[in-house]
Amino acid sequence: MVENKESSGNLLTQAVSCGDRSKVFSRFGQRPSYSFKERAIRYTLRSFSWTTIGVTLFIVSILFWDAIELFRQYSLFDFLTGTKWEPFGESKKLGILPLVSGTLMIAIGASLISLPLGFGTAVYLTQYASKQMDSLMTPIIEILSGIPTVVFGYFALFAVTPFLQKLNGNVELFNATSASIVVGISCIPLVSSISAEAIRAVPLSIRNAAYAVGMNKFNVVTKVIVPSAISGIIASFILAFARAVGETMAVTLAAGASPNMEWNYFIGIQTMTAFIVQISLGDTPAGSMEYYTIYAVGLMLFLITFIFNMIATTIIKRYREIYK
Amino acid sequence: MKNEFNKTKAKYAIFGVLFQTFCLAANFSVILFLVILLGDILIQGYSTLNWNFLTSYPSRFHDKAGILAAIVGTFYMMLLTAFISVPLGVGAAIYLEEYARETRFIRFVKLNIQNLAGVPSIIYGILGLTLFVRFMDLGRSLLAASLTMALLILPIITIASQEALRAVPQSFRLAGYGLGLTRWQVIQHQVLPMVATGMSTGVILALSRAIGESAPLVMVGALTYVAFLPSGLLDSFGVLSIQIYNWSSFPQKEFHALAASSIIVLLAMLFVLNVIAIGLRMYFQNKIRGINR
Repeated sequence: MVENKESSGNLLTQAVSCGDRSKVFSRFGQRPSYSFKERAIRYTLRSFSWTTIGVTLFIVSILFWDAIELFRQYSLFDFLTGTKWEPFGESKKLGILPLVSGTLMIAIGASLISLPLGFGTAVYLTQYASKQMDSLMTPIIEILSGIPTVVFGYFALFAVTPFLQKLNGNVELFNATSASIVVGISCIPLVSSISAEAIRAVPLSIRNAAYAVGMNKFNVVTKVIVPSAISGIIASFILAFARAVGETMAVTLAAGASPNMEWNYFIGIQTMTAFIVQISLGDTPAGSMEYYTIYAVGLMLFLITFIFNMIATTIIKRYREIYK
Repeated sequence: MKNEFNKTKAKYAIFGVLFQTFCLAANFSVILFLVILLGDILIQGYSTLNWNFLTSYPSRFHDKAGILAAIVGTFYMMLLTAFISVPLGVGAAIYLEEYARETRFIRFVKLNIQNLAGVPSIIYGILGLTLFVRFMDLGRSLLAASLTMALLILPIITIASQEALRAVPQSFRLAGYGLGLTRWQVIQHQVLPMVATGMSTGVILALSRAIGESAPLVMVGALTYVAFLPSGLLDSFGVLSIQIYNWSSFPQKEFHALAASSIIVLLAMLFVLNVIAIGLRMYFQNKIRGINR
């Protein structure tokens, strides 16, 4: 970097020599072309980028608007603290805690699978694997990440559950274990790809320094490289957890539709997402109380995943800046 | 003293081997899961996968049921979704990478796109149901579903396109400006031809996500019992993923095999898309590498 940027040479040479992209762009941005075509294109593209803000606004406002409609008829306090979820019939009990606990059961169960396996895969691919292995595994992980969730649901229901039932007679047809297992498998690619990216971002110099002081490979990996990449790895864990919370079709197919708070992995449960599907599959008339429950549950789901994602993206952004 | 040192060394050697074995096992478990998953589905669905199945409409009788309407519906939905979301997503990426200055607002827009990509798909379903199906009164139609899907994959396309645009060396743009080109001329003649392949990789992967996704379609109502091919934008339609869901939740065993057969068809479509995407990406990476050299 040159200290006296302002005085040396013209703007373009400076920008090329110090690679300062934002500087060039800010100067060019100040003098855009004013021809009609250029302006039209610029404004069109700008409006496209604003569409994304519009989508967020629509999501938030729709969820809030219709959730409030429910809370006019049912108290918010009872909704958040109630331990019974019986949305159908005359006397409704709309305590969301059973759905939240079902969702957490799946997310925790899935994390038990996806976090260690995804982390292990990432470390193996970045530290131990040969080049051939890496180029073999990248497409395999991509294929796994591209498999639709409904396929995982089918797999849980007709392959994992029968297998579990063979192992243990107490397992019901719809159970939280098989759903957790397949959701965990489906989240492995997310964990491994983001963790691997974080590990690859650790500068080679740090690694070489560790070897230079005589550390063996195990210590270099576990005491230098992984700690250096830990923020990215944790971000991948959070993202995987959020993904498991929002997972829909696999849990709808495999985990059943019986909301409860027993924390028994062998019986059926219901998650927030599965409840939304259940309502929308039935013929619930618009404007009824059941209809508004999907917005309240959806709002809850949105807030939970949004907070997790926000934390993870902030962490990722920070580590990217550290090792730039 | 020396003995102590050797002990520590031996201890770490064991830990090292254990750790490496764990990582290796994790790696192979991924392969194993994929093989079991694909193998199981192939075994369960192979026997019912035949020409008749591919060219028949859904039916109450398992031996007459087929997925023609679902295949065609999936195909139409994919085209329509691409038609809506690609210009929007790529345009937004071009604006953010090529035009926008790093203001606070633009940083907010970028963060928002990141977060939108993490919003569960079922939430988009609620959005589609409320905004397109009910408010805009499009009904449970092909258009409503495609609009919903387009919004779902919009952030994915934008993020992928942004990454492709960032890979273009800055010197290319500067050379263009140096010749007196305007911003759009640089984008049109220099940048876009270079990133076209890289962008299409992202677009294809996003579209393959769209055809596999089913939760939003359950909300906006893709039907499973469609005995005709959609002829207009406002027609009701069926898609493969919903058909799979529906047949999986039937109690009769025969339909489960049909679900497996449909999964094979769906995975085959996804596989073709993925191979194209990966091929394009390798081409793109070689091109960028060639330029940087």
